[in-house]
Amino acid sequence: MSRQLRAGDDRPTRAALIADPNAAPHPPEPAYAIRTRGLVKSYPGPAGSAIHAVRDLDLEVRQGETFAFLGPNGAGKSTTIALLCALARPTAGHARVAGADVVTQPHEVRRQVGMLFQHSALDPDLTADQNLHIHARLYGLRRRHARERAAEVLEMVGLTDRRRSPVRTLSGGMRRRLEIARGMLHSPRVLFLDEPTTGLDPHARAQVWEHLRALRDRNGSTLFVTTHYLEEAENCDRIAIIDRGRLVAQGTPAALKAAIGDDRVALRTSDNVTAQQVVRRIAPSDQAITVDADGVCLRAPDGSAWIPRLCAALEGHGIAVHAASATPPTLDDVFFHHTGRSIHATAPGRTPADTNPSETTAKGEGGR
Amino acid sequence: MTTPTLQAPADSGTERPARLRHELRAVHALVYRDLLRLAGQRTHTALMLLHPVLYLLVLGGGLAALIPSTSLGVGYQTYLFPGMLMMTVQMPAITVGMRLIADRQSGYLRELLMAPVSRSTLLLGSCVGGTLVATAQGAVLLSLAGAVGLPYDPPLLVLLLAGMILASFTVTALALALAVSLRSAETFHMVLGLVMMPLLFLSGAFFPLATMPGWARALADANPLAYGVDLLRRCIALLVPDQAAVGGIEWAGRQLPLLLEAALLLTGGAMALLWAAHRFNRPE
Repeated sequence: MSRQLRAGDDRPTRAALIADPNAAPHPPEPAYAIRTRGLVKSYPGPAGSAIHAVRDLDLEVRQGETFAFLGPNGAGKSTTIALLCALARPTAGHARVAGADVVTQPHEVRRQVGMLFQHSALDPDLTADQNLHIHARLYGLRRRHARERAAEVLEMVGLTDRRRSPVRTLSGGMRRRLEIARGMLHSPRVLFLDEPTTGLDPHARAQVWEHLRALRDRNGSTLFVTTHYLEEAENCDRIAIIDRGRLVAQGTPAALKAAIGDDRVALRTSDNVTAQQVVRRIAPSDQAITVDADGVCLRAPDGSAWIPRLCAALEGHGIAVHAASATPPTLDDVFFHHTGRSIHATAPGRTPADTNPSETTAKGEGGR
Repeated sequence: MTTPTLQAPADSGTERPARLRHELRAVHALVYRDLLRLAGQRTHTALMLLHPVLYLLVLGGGLAALIPSTSLGVGYQTYLFPGMLMMTVQMPAITVGMRLIADRQSGYLRELLMAPVSRSTLLLGSCVGGTLVATAQGAVLLSLAGAVGLPYDPPLLVLLLAGMILASFTVTALALALAVSLRSAETFHMVLGLVMMPLLFLSGAFFPLATMPGWARALADANPLAYGVDLLRRCIALLVPDQAAVGGIEWAGRQLPLLLEAALLLTGGAMALLWAAHRFNRPE
């Protein structure tokens, strides 16, 4: 039944292409791996109120794309994944994943998706091989096929030599890779990864991403990754930013950054105060020009192109420029722009200017 | 068991065999996991067997001299044997319930729930796995039959094994029914600690139910362990008539037919399993 439905989904697109050859210049309707409309999940809260974990979510993830779902802890990322995997029922709205409806065809959805949970879900007492075999059988693979696939995916994540080791003897990074292998065992069309690198050291994190990229290149799998690491989101094809259950932005990293605007140009000069007045005369008039520790700062589109012009003008006024830089907006700027907060209120190496303790501590997603 | 098919959506006729095969593979996956764990935890298994063996050889050996076999119909160790078989199968059966809760807490249950099979199938797989492991451990204790004066007679051993499968199934199903309705391991342990001792004492494992006061006998009539112990004891009596012990479950002063007792255990287990599946299937 489900097979027919999926074929049916393809038909309008194909029919349209055949019927109208002039439509060729138009790219065909992009095939969505995930598409949600008005997705809502709420839990009964204290005193008859409702806690909205996910509100009115419209997501579009194209096939073969690596999609980052970015948000601070407790934003609703895990709940959204639970909804998309048909582990939880949405309170309202629709979602289609890998061509199947999460409410009416949960089995079909789960057959087509793989899942990497936020917390390790391996049986620590069994070996890598045994964990994989159990998973393969749960997904209905024949015994021989299960063994072949297990060997393949172990090879893929570079764990072939540890296949007979009990999982409890593997390092955190190896477990993560084993879970990626397990997630790919039944060749899913969409692989969900819920914070795949949380708790790993930088080396293991890099390795996990290396394997994920190889996976996408080799199998063309769609990857749906939740993360609160901005630099990881940066490398994905597209990003959605979620905050307090609401989608605040969706697009490519470049587009999101471009949308909020301009590069930050900083000039360290011999006389910052005079320089500020000189710069004000030639810079776009609507931008504020400030003086801070970096020197004279302004925001301008295509900032690096401004640097020679500014330098020339300043030198014409006898002001020496010691250093100049143009920094494009970061995803944190994007997040700040949309939410008024920094995503990493307490992350190391970032200014804890916008600390909001309630957001960073409790992982209040009852996403079960 | 019809549980897996109960939950299956109305697939077209051609897909049903594939679907059923798929669900069976999932059951096999869970049974396989239980067997692997059994094979991997030899120390744990040996320790679980220690308890009943001690009861049988030390307690039984000590009391055998004090309790005249005329009052029980058999020597005390022989009397104790079915009870200890029951005790052996009951522990791994309960472990299945504990593991369901542990899996829930560790997150492994989510991995199972993600599988494209019905939740009833997952529960059925756990139940089959628990039953098999429990029976396997019971079979080890069965090797002590000679030590308590029973013959190593193949029909007797087969019959006792069958009785243990049935009893294991019932206890596993009850443990699962308890486990799906409790969220925390602490509560599960507390409930077990509270009821296990009374259930064991009220099972007729250590002394005949007939010697107990009436209220206690009434409680024993509702005790699944008592039916299990009685079933095993009656199996022995059936094939080795000179080792027939007195006392046991009686309804209105009459012994139940052996088959009815077996049917009661089976029904009880099936009901518990169905209820557990019903609870487990509730969307979250």
